[in-house]
Amino acid sequence: MKIPVTIAFLFLIAFTIQAKKIVVSDNSLARVIASAKAGDTIWIKPGIYKTGNLLVTKSLVIIGEGLPTIDGEYKYEIFTVNVKNVTIKGLRLINTGTSSTLDYAAIKATGADDLKVIDNILINAYFGIHISNTSGAQIIGNKISRAQAASETAVGNAIHLWKSNHALIERNQVSGHRDGIYFEFVTNSVIKNNHSEKNMRYGLHFMFSNEDQYIENEFVNNGAGVAVMYSYAVNMIRNLFANNWGSSAYGLLLKDMRDSEVINNRFLNNTMGIYMEGSSRINFTKNEFSGNGYAIRMQASCDGNVFDQNNFEANTFDIATNGTMVLNKMEKNYWDKYEGYDLNKDGLGDTSYHPVNLYSMIVERVPVAILLWRSFMVFLIDRAEKNLPAITPENLLDSKPSMKPYDLLAKSN
Amino acid sequence: MISLQKVTKFYGRLKTLSEVELEMKAGHCYALLGPNGSGKTTLIKSVLGMVIPDSGEIRINNQNVAGQYLYRKQIGYMPQIGQYPANLRMAQLFEMMKGLRPDVKNTDEELIDSFGLRPLMDKRMYSLSGGTRQKVSAALAFLFRPFIYILDEPTAGLDPVAVEVLKEKLIREKKSGKLFIITSHILNDLEDIVTDMVYLFEGSIRYNSAIEDLKTETRESSFAKAIAVLIKNQDLQIKELVTP
Amino acid sequence: MTRMLKYVLQDVLRARFVLFYMVFMMAVTTILFQLDSDPAKVVMSLLNVVLLVVPLVSIVFTTIHYFNSYEFILLLMAQPINRKSVFLSQYAGVASSLCLSLLIGIGLPALAFGAATQVLPLINVGLFLTCIFVSLGFLASSLTRDKAKAIGIALLFWFYFTLIYDGILLWVIYAFNDYPLETPTLILTSLNPVDLARIMMLLSMDISALMGYTGAFFKDFFGSGFGILFSFAMMGLWVMWPLLLALRRFKKNDL
Repeated sequence: MKIPVTIAFLFLIAFTIQAKKIVVSDNSLARVIASAKAGDTIWIKPGIYKTGNLLVTKSLVIIGEGLPTIDGEYKYEIFTVNVKNVTIKGLRLINTGTSSTLDYAAIKATGADDLKVIDNILINAYFGIHISNTSGAQIIGNKISRAQAASETAVGNAIHLWKSNHALIERNQVSGHRDGIYFEFVTNSVIKNNHSEKNMRYGLHFMFSNEDQYIENEFVNNGAGVAVMYSYAVNMIRNLFANNWGSSAYGLLLKDMRDSEVINNRFLNNTMGIYMEGSSRINFTKNEFSGNGYAIRMQASCDGNVFDQNNFEANTFDIATNGTMVLNKMEKNYWDKYEGYDLNKDGLGDTSYHPVNLYSMIVERVPVAILLWRSFMVFLIDRAEKNLPAITPENLLDSKPSMKPYDLLAKSN
Repeated sequence: MISLQKVTKFYGRLKTLSEVELEMKAGHCYALLGPNGSGKTTLIKSVLGMVIPDSGEIRINNQNVAGQYLYRKQIGYMPQIGQYPANLRMAQLFEMMKGLRPDVKNTDEELIDSFGLRPLMDKRMYSLSGGTRQKVSAALAFLFRPFIYILDEPTAGLDPVAVEVLKEKLIREKKSGKLFIITSHILNDLEDIVTDMVYLFEGSIRYNSAIEDLKTETRESSFAKAIAVLIKNQDLQIKELVTP
Repeated sequence: MTRMLKYVLQDVLRARFVLFYMVFMMAVTTILFQLDSDPAKVVMSLLNVVLLVVPLVSIVFTTIHYFNSYEFILLLMAQPINRKSVFLSQYAGVASSLCLSLLIGIGLPALAFGAATQVLPLINVGLFLTCIFVSLGFLASSLTRDKAKAIGIALLFWFYFTLIYDGILLWVIYAFNDYPLETPTLILTSLNPVDLARIMMLLSMDISALMGYTGAFFKDFFGSGFGILFSFAMMGLWVMWPLLLALRRFKKNDL
């Protein structure tokens, strides 16, 4: 732990020594919060509290006993925090107001360094947790969900971070919002072990956020999958991207990304496993691509990417590109469609594999040609190509395809 | 009864019927004669509506038959070669034919019995001999008690006993004033039956008159001989003609 | 007409081929369901069968049947029955028995595997294709009196609709690549019942998401009330026009 954090922590301990514990069980909650001193603990008894606009200006610990409910009655923001060292824990926050101009949230924090939001349940919030200009926030173990909204503009994000750093987002479950987790200008942070499902737009939306990691998260069945854009030095490890299905849905969208690692992830049953444009120097290692429409769809604007030891199984198209991919490298991947042989028994095929098939190239050039998909003629084109590989451009190839799928079980769950 | 007016039929460039004019009356039995390819079957099929003439009119009871089908209620047809659905049993065939014309309740099954077809009823059509199939065709032609009988080579392929059976049946029916059109090569078989002769050659009618007139004209007492003389006189080549 | 239909049906069923066809479809469907537990994938595999096998079987069987029942037709034509009802009862007999085989062949196993609703659109296009290719089979039969020639024409029809047409279409798309092609291709695909069936089917499934902008454009059209009406009307036209043309020829042909 870094020194300023440690000092802050010591301060917190120092405060709590002389701090009071205030128990609330009636409608005095707003007054109690307003009058509490820094370092006080506010202990909320079980019950339903219809209130909102609770402004936290002192470093308080607000704890619920037996999940007390604070109901914003679709009118208010519930907690607004603009001070360091606040903890909000064990509460059930429901029904915030909705506004197209003010980002109403169940918990909104600005300049709230070391904020801890732990084990809360948020239901029907416009924004769930909305954090800006904050360092060291910890958002752990919250469940954030809401009823289906009419459109993605009628609802905010579940966990929203803006201009923050050193945040930890861990073990949260988010669903039903516009974006599950939203990062913009957030650096040196970790997103770990979260489950983001059925959000209207992205399970994770990630922009201008460098040197972050996200690990062992599950992004399932979101409107458009996960978007990671305009950033560098991002590590994406052991995540699951599954069932993101729709005409503009991706497992993972990489746009203008560079110098990042994508390791040991699973991309299952997405329209496109990875869609990338303008991205460079990303290493894709030991990922599993299975049952996707397109495992990887790469625009010509990508270069210096390396695909190594990935498994490609049961995808409709393994790789599609509108360019040549000549500036990218593929090696030692396992392709279930590979029909070559291995005479020297080194586990790598002796002939190269062409992961971009002719028909997918035609479709990239003339998108209307997709109408012939699944026709007998396209089937014949595919067969002809397998027997006469010379008809696909030479540079699109894995020169050492693996004969057997890799055992990639070292992943989450 | 049946009247053909300028009936012409082409098969490709071949003129099979050439402006055929013909009147046929009830109570008469017409022998339709002529060499192979002279247009006998085409004429018959035109009357039946199976072949559609390129020009001319066919009237039955003064009604144009073109595009019509109900007039066929009055016709019993025995084709030259009976072609039947191969897998059908004979019983099914008769049952089907009766089923198609439920309006006729009082069917004439005399020939089925006199030809001895009953024991063969559960045989499939493909397994029958040519002769037996002819018997079936004949039985079907008489089944619905039609008014007009069109019999295309009825005696070809029948054994002498069956020919006799058929002749007797024809004579009996003739008495009731019906109209018969019969084509045959074997003229002896027709001796006692036909009243008129129509001779077709290269698609047109070359001779059409009552048998009595023919006999008088040729001074021959036998029908077959009379015809032979006729053909010789008029230089109409019939090579298949069987003379006694 | 109904009485005649009964005899045509008896005749078709007596050939046993229809039964064999039904058993074949049943076996294929069952095997596919056993190989894959995902009904959507089974339907995709079945689609290939339906698009290739159903037209082929329908058109060839019809042509052979027509010539095999020539005697039957001859027999009927000497009876007081009009040609139109002879022809239509032949059509109805062949089409309905093939449709029934398809319905049972795919429907029954699907029902057993609890995927009846998923195969419904497939059965729908399958039935349309059956009726269309039976029509085309009668057309092929009415074009010539020679059985072998007629089967040749039938196979040519099949080949044209399943392969040649798509080849030409791809060539056209490729050649006019610089122009907006959505509407022209929409029209061109409607002119081939096999393509139309395939696209109707693809658009009814999740997998249409892979078809990108073009797919979305087509889904927009075929998903609308007008589009559904249009596709059904097109399929209906494809049943009707070869049938009517064949009927016209049948009425005029000499027997």
